[in-house]
Amino acid sequence: MSDTAATESAELAAARPGRLGALADTLVRSVGPVVLALVAGAVILAALGRNPGTFYGDIVEGGLTRGNGLQESIIRAAPLLLIAAGLIVVFRANIWNLGIDGQFLLAGVIVAGVASPLDDALPNGLALVLLWLLAGAVGAVWTLVPAFLRAYYGVNEIITTLMMTFIGINVANLFIKGPFRDFESTNVPQTSVLPVERRLPDLPGTRIHAGIVVALVALVVVHYVMTRTSFGLRLNVLGANPRAAVHFGLSVKRLIMVSFAVSGMLIGFAAAAEILGVWGYVRADWDPAFGLIVVPLVFLARLNAIAVIPFVALLAVLSIGGDLAARRAELPNDFLLVLVGLILLFMAITEYLGRKRELGQSYLTEGLRQSLRRRAGR
Amino acid sequence: MIAVGDVFTEGFLTALVAGGLLAGIPLLLAALGETISERAGVLNIGLEGMMLMGAYVGFSGALYSGYTWVGFGAGAGAGIFVALFMVGLCVRLGLDQIVVGIALTLGAEGLTSLLHGAVLTERPRLGAVELVTIPGLSEIPVLGRSVFSQHLVVYLTIGGVIAVWWLFRSTTFGLSLKAAGDKPAALDAAGVSVYRTRGYAVLATGSLAGLGGAYLAIVGAGTFEPFMTNGAGFIAIILAMLARGRPFWVVAGSLLIGMSLQLQTALQVARIDIPIDVVNMLPFLAVIVVLLLFGRRAYLPAALGLPYVRGAR
Repeated sequence: MSDTAATESAELAAARPGRLGALADTLVRSVGPVVLALVAGAVILAALGRNPGTFYGDIVEGGLTRGNGLQESIIRAAPLLLIAAGLIVVFRANIWNLGIDGQFLLAGVIVAGVASPLDDALPNGLALVLLWLLAGAVGAVWTLVPAFLRAYYGVNEIITTLMMTFIGINVANLFIKGPFRDFESTNVPQTSVLPVERRLPDLPGTRIHAGIVVALVALVVVHYVMTRTSFGLRLNVLGANPRAAVHFGLSVKRLIMVSFAVSGMLIGFAAAAEILGVWGYVRADWDPAFGLIVVPLVFLARLNAIAVIPFVALLAVLSIGGDLAARRAELPNDFLLVLVGLILLFMAITEYLGRKRELGQSYLTEGLRQSLRRRAGR
Repeated sequence: MIAVGDVFTEGFLTALVAGGLLAGIPLLLAALGETISERAGVLNIGLEGMMLMGAYVGFSGALYSGYTWVGFGAGAGAGIFVALFMVGLCVRLGLDQIVVGIALTLGAEGLTSLLHGAVLTERPRLGAVELVTIPGLSEIPVLGRSVFSQHLVVYLTIGGVIAVWWLFRSTTFGLSLKAAGDKPAALDAAGVSVYRTRGYAVLATGSLAGLGGAYLAIVGAGTFEPFMTNGAGFIAIILAMLARGRPFWVVAGSLLIGMSLQLQTALQVARIDIPIDVVNMLPFLAVIVVLLLFGRRAYLPAALGLPYVRGAR
């Protein structure tokens, strides 16, 4: 309850003009939904008969303070950051690429299947770079059909990208059971394993692989391109008003194809980071399903590639720590999905309230507003 | 070499048709619901979540009450409960339908999985449901027993399809639905509430999707598993879009996809081994090919996915 009150008074404070007010406004709109979701999640946990305090404590312990918790969270953040970068590129143009899981999985499987032979034939460093690029290419190729359908026929890309995910997951499994199958391994079909010493190098003194560095660089590049180049401006114009984009003489069809391809490429990179950095192989029916859980973070960060970093960090901690917490609470590890769903809902509501206020309509009744004003010391 | 005649044996056809109906009915219910809300201009991405909630609550209802009908009622109620969020947030407040839809799907996935882990720890199962056999028709050789011996819900579903067809075609409310999807401002000017029209449409979607989920859990599986809809909600959305508001096309599409989902089992009966992954992606592959070939003709209501704000330009 006190969190809600705090959020509201902070929002009132944000109504004051000035830099500080704008900053507070941004903070409330970004952090508010997360706090509200955590509170609502605690209520759900309590309803299930689990102690929310213990559960959240276990998340912090598992994802941050315990042994390798922090390092594991950073490792988990690498693919999530790259996916976020890929989503920002399309969402800025108001294009919905929801086929993340298909692009990710297919890129991952092809990289895992080709990794060992390629690494045998070429020097390790060169092979890793080529594999990384291959993953990007596969991710980009898997966006071609939805991009084409959207650009030339105007077919809704939400639906087509979701369908390409279903197809992609099955094609990935076919690859694992067919050409890439390593028959010397276990009964469950899987690809051959890239030995640990030939995977992505670790940062000195840690177990964290170099993927996190690539991810951070990619985010900086995406941020630069989106805010400082004409390509970024074109995407923003397309996203703000497609009709205006046509009148400006922009090639809308090409923009859609290119932004889709770049998005798929970055998501393919995410797969490369996860396979070449962590797993070294892919087993049949493996699907981390990172896709939809990254979507809300990108919105919370208002499609800003730098601002998304702390949100992804939070998600990574929740994801790693959630494993431990769920195990101790004897629950399936799907609490994260509930939390992400709640964040999205509260974000949409916060957005609505903010918009109302900007339009000069308060969402509070007159009397309530007066009393809050008095309490806020005005 | 296998001759065609060897494949289309009685066992194969029975397995295919019966399985196709079993897998197709939840799809049909959900896609029928989505057809209604899409016609009214609401793209309901939360369909998968509504189905899952319907499956969990429906299964629990049938399990604890001991009556299948209570389960179906509870499932439809759970679908309506999820749909209420959609009505309040998207229709009334005009929030982004896609964001809220994803939120509802993710939330329902997580919540039902948690509930399953916390409550259904004994992994209970339901017994076989009683089927209604139509006298006479069920005596038809080969297909009679598989088609005309079904749970009552199946017959009601067929009745529902006809009702929706009639609703779209011959009622004022059907016309209002279409107006709400194509030009909501005109509907408002004519004195009909867009919010109310769209709200009823979304609630109808929720009840049908919840019922579909309940059928999946009670009749189809006899139990509840986390994520058991396995993308059926998304398939239903695609079906509704391809059927373009024509209920009988929804029936044809659902049964076709239901059958292709069951092809694996049927082919095993016929001793043909096709990888399950190929079979699983066939429906989607078919849809993508259809879109590539006939994509130009894809039609969706003009105001689909756009919130209606009174007085806004």
